[in-house]
Amino acid sequence: MNDTEAFELAREAGLRTHHFYGGLHLRHHKKISCRTRVERPPLPEQLTVPLNQYAGETAEAVVRPGDRVLKGEVIGRCQSCAAAHAPVSGTVEALREVPSATQPGIQTPAVVIRPDGREQWVPREAIADWRAASPRQLIERIRSGGIAGLGGAVFPSHIKAAAARERRVHTLILNGAECEPYISCDEMLMREQPANIVLGARILRRAVGAERVVIAIEDQMGAVQAALEEAVNAARCESITVVRVSTIYPEGGERQLIQVLTGLEVPAGGLPADIGLVCYNVATAAAAAAAVTQGTPLIERYVTVTGSGVAEPRNLLALVGTPLAHLVEACGGYLPGAARLVVGGPMMGFPVASDAVPVTKGVNCVLVLTSQDISTSQTEMPCIRCGECARVCPARLLPQQLHLQVTNRLWDQARDYGLSACIECGCCDFVCPSHIPLASRFREGKTELRNRAGKARAAARARQRFESREARLAREERERAEGLARRREQMRDRTQRQKDVQAAIERAGRRRQTDGEPDDT
Amino acid sequence: MLTATTMLTLLGLLSGLGLGFAAIRFRVDSDPLTDRIDALLPQTQCAQCGYPGCRPYAAAVAAGDADINQCPPGGADTVRALADLLGREPIPLNPENGSEKPLRAAVIDEQRCIGCTLCIQACPVDAIVGAARLMHTVITAECTGCDLCLPPCPVDCIDMVEPETRPSAGAAAGLFTGATAALSP
Repeated sequence: MNDTEAFELAREAGLRTHHFYGGLHLRHHKKISCRTRVERPPLPEQLTVPLNQYAGETAEAVVRPGDRVLKGEVIGRCQSCAAAHAPVSGTVEALREVPSATQPGIQTPAVVIRPDGREQWVPREAIADWRAASPRQLIERIRSGGIAGLGGAVFPSHIKAAAARERRVHTLILNGAECEPYISCDEMLMREQPANIVLGARILRRAVGAERVVIAIEDQMGAVQAALEEAVNAARCESITVVRVSTIYPEGGERQLIQVLTGLEVPAGGLPADIGLVCYNVATAAAAAAAVTQGTPLIERYVTVTGSGVAEPRNLLALVGTPLAHLVEACGGYLPGAARLVVGGPMMGFPVASDAVPVTKGVNCVLVLTSQDISTSQTEMPCIRCGECARVCPARLLPQQLHLQVTNRLWDQARDYGLSACIECGCCDFVCPSHIPLASRFREGKTELRNRAGKARAAARARQRFESREARLAREERERAEGLARRREQMRDRTQRQKDVQAAIERAGRRRQTDGEPDDT
Repeated sequence: MLTATTMLTLLGLLSGLGLGFAAIRFRVDSDPLTDRIDALLPQTQCAQCGYPGCRPYAAAVAAGDADINQCPPGGADTVRALADLLGREPIPLNPENGSEKPLRAAVIDEQRCIGCTLCIQACPVDAIVGAARLMHTVITAECTGCDLCLPPCPVDCIDMVEPETRPSAGAAAGLFTGATAALSP
């Protein structure tokens, strides 16, 4: 199948559902956090807003300690990442480095704000009628609102939208398939704010220039479909379809969801836009709607606080910058036996060392595990090459082979075997009878591959610059030599000319002598 | 007997002619082995190997004049890659050429720079911009960290600094959420 065919076939997204390779049926553990309505926790004493919220550029702080900020004021400006806004009105206390919640081992600069409790908003500019606004205006508003992918990757939404527009995508997919166990923030959002999501879907559709919208939800989400369909009907928008997909982990992965909806695979190393699709999380759509129609920047998000180590698991509407400890406290605090704090779900989340880490735009879940959950009965044993991992790998890789290559540092082989296509879903870990932490090894390997590719690019540039410098030096040398030769030539010419003149004078003199002689006689 | 000898001689002559023609007609000017060795070198152009750049060193290795362990910026990885390519055993780096160091980039102290242009002339990749009696600066992205700008500087205003590196996500390797026990189907 060629690219244009796939591009056209993808127009049928959501009409039928398909399957992706591998995956797992996992226990959900979602209901425990869906029993109470989502509320805002009390205002914390201090908020720490990280200026780097995704694996990319860091925003530049535009406030200084002592400055007073209003709620929604820009505190971090950025060219290619989403801007950071003050989540409350108050005073900037400090600028300091904090550990990142979603990128383990990384420190990011952050703005510490002490709220004054007055919740004074910065003047907000809403777009009165988004239908009349140009897509460019909508994308600009999404940018100034600091909207980024709330599914966890926190990729700046305006960049995605602009790229999708350029590639002339035909279908917008809203990802509500929250497949990882325990996490329920998107489900609660779809239950409580279906109208905002549908509004966001329409705005994003206009921004990216798509014809259709498919909202994908899981078949276990109960009343969500009815709520969304009601909202779609109320908006009288026929181009939006709500599709239920069967719950198999990791169906919420962008590539897997696209495969389920279209039966097509996004090319390795390519983007969904290659087959005419663009994918946003449902929460991102709701945030985009708020940014466009109310001028409200992205300063808060739904966060699931759950796990067997927390007293009252639930979802909270948390301000960006709230310490995780504050959220756990709002849920009744830790239970005895709580042993590990994880940001994200149990499959793809990262353990964090401290609960002082602040919420970022990418924190969808705070999971508190007890010592029972993380019992160390599993010790790593050698790979027996049973191939279970290859059977469940949704990216259709060969984890046992990649593991061999990564542990033996055979990077070129690992690259050829498609290590970069690993989505780090952890399915291979889960089924490994030898309890090998494959996904974290692959994560490390992917970083190594990226670094090596970067080095190779830098070397190629350096080679090119060295060679062009050598060429330039050689040219200059040649030109200098030529110049010298020319001058020498001229010099010779001059002496020659002088000689010629001299000779002519002498000749003339001689002639005068010979000519004059007869006169004299 | 005579026929066989004649045939074989003719065959030999023909093949010789063919090969001789091919050697002249399809002559490869640049040595492909040099290219392949050059591709494995880090292109720092630091001359620590004793040759005036990576390509001359590659040519020397290809010709058998230099050993494969003379590139400190490439370190053990490069030695291994070269050993793989040339079918030799990896050997430790030659300490006479220097030791493996983390990648650094030159930074010019703008207060002290007198604008003498000596570093600009020394830079093998043209990563320093400036003009006579005007402040110079390093294009960090293009700097290979070769240290060649340090000796000519008359006021010692160039420092080699390690760029701010983001620790890899692999720093978390071994940290495993460990929650899978709670998820068994």
